[in-house]
Amino acid sequence: MDEMELAAAVRAGTNEGFEALVRSEAGRLLAVTRRIVGNEEDARDAVQEAFVSAYRARAQFGGDAKVSTWLHRIAVNAALSKLRTRRRRPEESIEDLLPRFLPNGHHTREFRSWAEPVDQALARRETAELVRRKIDELPESFRMALVLRDIEGFSTQEAADLLGTTPNAVKLRLHRARLALRTLLEPHFEGSPS
Amino acid sequence: MNCREVSDFLREFVAGELPPEVVEEFDVHVGRCPTCVEFMNQYRATIAASRAAFTEPCDVPDELVDAILKALQQAG
Repeated sequence: MDEMELAAAVRAGTNEGFEALVRSEAGRLLAVTRRIVGNEEDARDAVQEAFVSAYRARAQFGGDAKVSTWLHRIAVNAALSKLRTRRRRPEESIEDLLPRFLPNGHHTREFRSWAEPVDQALARRETAELVRRKIDELPESFRMALVLRDIEGFSTQEAADLLGTTPNAVKLRLHRARLALRTLLEPHFEGSPS
Repeated sequence: MNCREVSDFLREFVAGELPPEVVEEFDVHVGRCPTCVEFMNQYRATIAASRAAFTEPCDVPDELVDAILKALQQAG
């Protein structure tokens, strides 16, 4: 469905319209909730809850907004809500994954060029899977900043609103998440191409 | 500017948010520090890797579609 058809389906609020919306958008939203919650059961529940929330809020859907953007935000909220209700464990420190410096501010070591352009390496399914696993290894609050900013494409302010924090906290967590992910990817990307 | 400050400013640099006078200092350091050049390349590659790792399409299981449609009927 294109955006106009999606918007018409939401405004009509009919069963047929929403069924078409589900068939058109559920796959994209499931991909989004999987990225956030990290387990299949919660990801599916979040998609279901997102569609129910969207159905209940259909009267508030603004004519200027894109349905795909509106649904995306509702799904992210549903997934974040799942994440918050999951049993929490103390967050691990990210410090060990950050770069180290000498007292004079220089790096403690040199860096070797990565063997292969990232876009080329990522074309292989196993490399994409590796990157997804390494993102999952990041401490939760840092992983969320990275997922919302670098993958879901939210602005700093939007990510801060979704996470209930400040824009500065999002900026700091995003930067540290990228630095930590670089450290986690480094052993796999340097050396000879596989 | 030293390597630690370059690392601290990388997010702002990549986002184009640094004031021109800081960009100038940044460029001076990076121009004479191959370690920082490589580190910056890897930082950019990491951002690209995150984006590219999630482009595979996602099939929706039929049972999920059925469950959503049932939930919508109940909500209506």
